[in-house]
Amino acid sequence: MSRFVYADNAATTPVSREVIEAMQPCFTDVWGNPSSQHAKGAEAKNMLDDARARIAAVFNCKPSEIYFTSCGTESDNWAIRGAAYRARAKGRTHIVTSAIEHHAVLHTCKALEKEGFTVTYVGVDEFGVVKLDELREAVTEKTAVVAIMYANNEVGTIEPIEEIANIAHAAGALMFTDAVQAVGNVDIDLEKLPVDMLSVSGHKIHAPKGIGLLYIRKGVVINNLIEGGGQEKRKRPGTENLPYIVGLAKALEVAKARLPELDRVRKMRDRLIDALTEIPYSRLNGHRTDRLAGNVNVGFEFIEGESMLLWLDIAGICVSTGSACSSESLEASHVLLAMGVPHEQAHGSVRISITHENTEEEIDYIIEQLPPIVERLRNMSPLWEDVVKNK
Amino acid sequence: MQYSEKVMDHFTHPRNVGEIENADGVGTVGNAKCGDIMKIYLKIDENDIITDCKFKTFGCGAAIATSSMATELIKGRSIKDALALTNSVVVEALEGLPPVKVHCSVLAEEAVKSAIADYYGKIGRPIDFEIEKAHEDEE
Repeated sequence: MSRFVYADNAATTPVSREVIEAMQPCFTDVWGNPSSQHAKGAEAKNMLDDARARIAAVFNCKPSEIYFTSCGTESDNWAIRGAAYRARAKGRTHIVTSAIEHHAVLHTCKALEKEGFTVTYVGVDEFGVVKLDELREAVTEKTAVVAIMYANNEVGTIEPIEEIANIAHAAGALMFTDAVQAVGNVDIDLEKLPVDMLSVSGHKIHAPKGIGLLYIRKGVVINNLIEGGGQEKRKRPGTENLPYIVGLAKALEVAKARLPELDRVRKMRDRLIDALTEIPYSRLNGHRTDRLAGNVNVGFEFIEGESMLLWLDIAGICVSTGSACSSESLEASHVLLAMGVPHEQAHGSVRISITHENTEEEIDYIIEQLPPIVERLRNMSPLWEDVVKNK
Repeated sequence: MQYSEKVMDHFTHPRNVGEIENADGVGTVGNAKCGDIMKIYLKIDENDIITDCKFKTFGCGAAIATSSMATELIKGRSIKDALALTNSVVVEALEGLPPVKVHCSVLAEEAVKSAIADYYGKIGRPIDFEIEKAHEDEE
């Protein structure tokens, strides 16, 4: 009875077999420094160029617009700080973002506030969709950059990025989107999508941890975060992490090829949502349809998320929670609170994030295991006791 | 964040879960906003001995385990012993708690004292002890 169901793919994913195989030659043969003038370097440089070109093909952009970084967090920091510092010289000292961004964005904005920038945190509706009227009012000729995520990591809501980008551009501001959760879930065509910058992380799409990229549209100039040698056109110095770059290229190609499979993932997601929201006093967090194919986020009243997570873990099911008690900060999910979910309900939320790797049988197993856990915890909750007595 | 085996034992097999009808003392502490509420029921005899003790808790693994351990530590003991129960005794009995979870043990101590205060109130005995608050922003 030792089952194992990994359903926390929004946290991280296992490195796929294809990606490991693609990276292998970089450890054994192609280990040169791409900057070296000799044959060993040229070999590595060729592989680097090839990876960059393949990634550009996935996003329908130019290879010269792809800059490799160490992770999504670095890309987010670089895009926002780099754009803010650059624009300050032109008198643009304002940043617009949303209340539900990843901490890589929110904490970067908080740090910039201490440096004299002003930041507007635009609100979201009950489904987690950025309020466009609020955004329109926030963006002015003082705005350096608008930073809004493509899709939310907790509730999976997909934002109207094109409209948001148009609002940013109408005021002459740059548009940056954190697409860490969207990549592999949405077809991103950068010839059509009018964003200036976009961040990607490898480990969310079956590449290793420690690799990311920032797309910077041709003609857009932002300041460096670090200084060094001539790598990445001097914009992001440091010897290129070739194995992981090759792994990222492979992972992105595979993810794009797998987009048609998302219909199957969506069906499993909807089956989970339907079954779990049948439990009394539960609610779906996020948008029913404008959400990532693999994201399920359900709140259960009168119980607390970490307790659910522990019991699910004992049953061999890995998920995550928006409860305060599972975070080091002891604060409930800022995303759920921004959506107007009361504290009590934010504590009792679980996020289940699935991919093509999950099976119908695994979904059955989650549907079988979760309701008795909710019941067990409710039976020992003083809040549930009050509900039962008042019935 | 990892819990000790003892914490997991008390979380998965909590002792003394439930309610006591016509309890002599009931204490409810914490709030839903912070994510943990503990309710402790006491049955106390004429010799000030806690003859029965039950709890209900809304909260994380540590909140449930500390409630369970606290009830186990005071059941069958005198009120005097129960009042001497500190959060660090509960933490020690659980073989440690992650630092961010120590406030759960403070909540357990608070819940026991609050139930005894309720009992004192009922029998008209003056409350001669202080209750430390786990949550500063108590509502």
